[in-house]
Amino acid sequence: MEQTIAAIATAPGEGGIGIVRISGSEALGILKDVFRYKSGKILSEVEERRMIYGNIVDENGIVDEAMVVYMKSPRTYTGEDVVEIQCHGSIISLRRILSLALERGAALAERGEFTKRAFLNGRIDLSQAEAVIDVIKAKSDAGYDSAVMQLQGGLSDTVKKIRLSLADLLSDIVAHIEYPEEDLEELTYKNIISELDLISADIKKLADSFDTGRTIREGLRVCIVGRPNVGKSSLMNSILKVERAIVTDIPGTTRDTIEESASIGGIPVIITDTAGIRETDDTIEKIGIEKSRLSILSADFIIMMIDGSSDLLEEDFDILYSIRDKKSVIVLNKTDLDQKITKEYFCGSEDIKKIFSDIKMPVVVELSTVTMDGLDALTDEVKKSVYNGETSASGDILITNVRHLSLLKESLNSISDAKGMLENEEALDFAECDIRSAWLSLGEITGEAVTDDVIQEVFSRFCLGK
Amino acid sequence: MGEYDVVVVGAGHAGCEAALAPARMGLSTLMLSITLEAIAMMPCNPSIGGTGKGHLVREIDALGGEMGINIDKSFIQSKMLNTAKGPAVHSLRAQADKELYHTEMKKTIENTPNLHMKQAEVMEILMENGKASGIVTRTGAIYNAKTVIIATGTFLGGRIFIGESAYDSGPNGMAVSVYLSDSLKKLGIPLRRFKTGTPARIDGKSLNYDKMIVQHGDENIVPFSFMNENTGENKIDCWLTYTNEVTHDIIRRNFHRSALFTGEIEGVGPRYCPSIETKIDRFKDKERHQLFVEPEGLSTDEMYIQGMSSSLPEDVQTAFYRSIAGLENAEIVRPAYAIEYDCINSLDLKTTLESKIIENLYFAGQTNGSSGYEEAAAQGLMAGINAALKVKGEEPFILDRSEAYIGVLIDDLVTKGTDEPYRIMTSRAEYRLLLRQDNAADRLTEKSYKIGLATEERYQRYINIKNDTEKEIARLNNTSVSPETANPFLKSIGSASIDKKETLASLLKRPQVTYDNLVEIDNERPQISYHSRVQVHVNIKYEGYIAKQLKQIEKFKKLESRRLPKDINYMELEGLRLEAREKLNAFKPDSVGQASRISGISPADINVLLVHLERMRHGGKYNL
Repeated sequence: MEQTIAAIATAPGEGGIGIVRISGSEALGILKDVFRYKSGKILSEVEERRMIYGNIVDENGIVDEAMVVYMKSPRTYTGEDVVEIQCHGSIISLRRILSLALERGAALAERGEFTKRAFLNGRIDLSQAEAVIDVIKAKSDAGYDSAVMQLQGGLSDTVKKIRLSLADLLSDIVAHIEYPEEDLEELTYKNIISELDLISADIKKLADSFDTGRTIREGLRVCIVGRPNVGKSSLMNSILKVERAIVTDIPGTTRDTIEESASIGGIPVIITDTAGIRETDDTIEKIGIEKSRLSILSADFIIMMIDGSSDLLEEDFDILYSIRDKKSVIVLNKTDLDQKITKEYFCGSEDIKKIFSDIKMPVVVELSTVTMDGLDALTDEVKKSVYNGETSASGDILITNVRHLSLLKESLNSISDAKGMLENEEALDFAECDIRSAWLSLGEITGEAVTDDVIQEVFSRFCLGK
Repeated sequence: MGEYDVVVVGAGHAGCEAALAPARMGLSTLMLSITLEAIAMMPCNPSIGGTGKGHLVREIDALGGEMGINIDKSFIQSKMLNTAKGPAVHSLRAQADKELYHTEMKKTIENTPNLHMKQAEVMEILMENGKASGIVTRTGAIYNAKTVIIATGTFLGGRIFIGESAYDSGPNGMAVSVYLSDSLKKLGIPLRRFKTGTPARIDGKSLNYDKMIVQHGDENIVPFSFMNENTGENKIDCWLTYTNEVTHDIIRRNFHRSALFTGEIEGVGPRYCPSIETKIDRFKDKERHQLFVEPEGLSTDEMYIQGMSSSLPEDVQTAFYRSIAGLENAEIVRPAYAIEYDCINSLDLKTTLESKIIENLYFAGQTNGSSGYEEAAAQGLMAGINAALKVKGEEPFILDRSEAYIGVLIDDLVTKGTDEPYRIMTSRAEYRLLLRQDNAADRLTEKSYKIGLATEERYQRYINIKNDTEKEIARLNNTSVSPETANPFLKSIGSASIDKKETLASLLKRPQVTYDNLVEIDNERPQISYHSRVQVHVNIKYEGYIAKQLKQIEKFKKLESRRLPKDINYMELEGLRLEAREKLNAFKPDSVGQASRISGISPADINVLLVHLERMRHGGKYNL
């Protein structure tokens, strides 16, 4: 039986709807696991080829609303059971749904794999099959962007290092299993567990870098928010270095959100200028404001602008409250004018402190969109949010590939299974199987041939035999 | 001088199984040996089994081989190793009475219908139409054969090294096979040199046992063979002692006199079986090395010094053995030696152990680059079975990596190859939890019965035991016990109490509970075989893990079942890396699964291969 596979089937980028496709014998099982009717009811009976409306859920609740359809083998694109989940087109929602499928045992589809299966199961003809080979071929010949390549070279070194630690540990265990009568140094479960903790911390660090890596590949979604006429569009224009947004001193000029690609300090960003958020009776402006709020939700990073030459208004507090859970920077604009609110004043204010009472207050930057003073400081804050507090990648390894991420996660799961075995004082050889799986998963990242190098390690490290 | 279906060259552990299997399958078989004293000889350690190896013996037995039965007849001490670990790595090992092991096997050979044995040195392989067709002995006798199996062990081109002296010899001072190597080379079969060694044998009367630590066998002895329930008692002890700084010093000062370091030996030795000088050279920090003193039998005082093989000169050997506690007055009876021999490259073999180069010629055992009695016997059995099936015109008998350690062993040899004498290890098996020694019969006996090797008696016994096992598992799943009955027992073994009725099976899943101790609260337990009891225990207790592994096997099987036609020209396959094309073309794997294990073939290569396969199937170019 082929492994069930899943992938985002719609083209990358923002669209109205997006589709996650799952193919294989486990597809329906996965769907039942993640789908709930609006009423919260579980999907029990599924009619084939019929759209069903409901929610995709995880342990924390609703991920997105979706239309789902189940197509039964063999009359499907791949010839296997296929499930398609249509959700909102946002990459965040698509990616979340994809990882739900992966977490439930699906493997991430390689490029062209749906087509390949379609071919293998006789669903498409020969000439199409040729195209599949081309896809596979193109993939191995394809040049990567050099920056990514560099990062991947580093990745392979890092993963190799982690694999070596695992191989060390494995060879210890193997020696104890294969040579029960040798006077080897005692191997305590406690030591193995603490070694596993160190190794999984390293793997986790790599896995966590995925978000940074993704940002570098897909761009950081930056959203500029603030009440009307605090200088959002001016900032947007200074970043884009063109007059993209119409700037006037009339509050409410920007009525719709404007989205542009740019680069901040070398980091690709998708920057959104939003309509100023305020109470208004203007219907069109109202819609714009609603969209601003949605942009906040889907952004990776928020630039919250405040007019430093004016008093803090009720609306400023409302917006601050709505962004408190997001990564953000607060910009006190208009330093070219007389300042009513300085950084000191802002950070010292009891009202502000109340909003961020239980979490860290965002960094505050003073800026003038007229003189451009403070733009560098703002740039640094954006970089820090991407590079986990640093202003550059500083040679750190970034995961940019979802396949790598899912292999890292597999190895973390195996290590956690191994730890579970040891904590329950199960026999050593059970844990060995899981540690070996982790070692093999990591090997798939580096593409290292799976030879008997653990066994080699055993004999180079231990004095064994008759 | 005679016409045979199968002629086997060699009568060691591989040769005996290779000859017995075809004879038992009804084919006329001849087994030849330089000396009949070498039948089932144990020229190294006096034991059968151990980690991984014990598994092989159980599998050989389940298939109707002789090794398990023979060691059950001739053991003098028995021990289950690794009992503190999971059931997958429990490994049985027995000390053998070497003389008895030899005579019992010889008796069996003599009493097997269709099987003849002769003392003769084989000089040449005869060919007809490009296929092996018989052999010629040194005395000029010709035996025609439909198939020939080479199982020459360390006899082929054997050369012994002891210190500065080196001389051509078979193992244990027996005659060397001189001419056969040339015949093989002439047939285009590349040979290479491997090396192994054995420690000294010491007169047991010269040892001081008070200074050594006694090693008892198990209290409850379990048989190797599925055909046996009880096999008797331990008859003797082994002993443990250690080397010390003085020992190491003597050895270090004489490194320059060891044939291993002087460059005299060109053969590659096994890493897992290093000589004492190699151990001391490579592991400088280790203050002492352990050695086991093991009796060679009941009818001799000779003791085997496990852990101390060497190729140092006799005077140095005497000095370093005598520096060890308990061995102060040791009298060496047979000195330690290193031996170098000719072997073939196992990559030149098919999965049936037939040569890829010469049809109807099979190879088994140490001559394939393996090491160990058990590894040899396993290959001998499989070569014997496949030679027999070929003569009968039937499908080959191949065990894959998910079915048996034998499958792992042979696949490793013929697919990955080996650069040193190969030893089986439990960690070489991907599906260890299913390839247990307790379920070997379940995995293999039916298959063997179908090809006409396992006897009716063995098959009936297997069916009965299997039924008992299934019935007993069902009974444990359907029998509940109340808290009043169970709790005192659970308390006594330190397991949490229950508050409502639970089945015996669910209690058995707890870490502290075993099938054996559960009898205390199980009033209706039937009398069943030892072999059933172990299986009931393992199958219930590890049900979850077993299910998990069965699922992994499905995936493995899918690739194994995708056969690759032999006439594919891999060089023509677009999209495949050049290295992969060359490797596949040279190797001509049997299945996609096997292709994926060839070194240098990546998962991406396999994907491309799969797509091409499908295209060929649709294009009708190859008959898939």
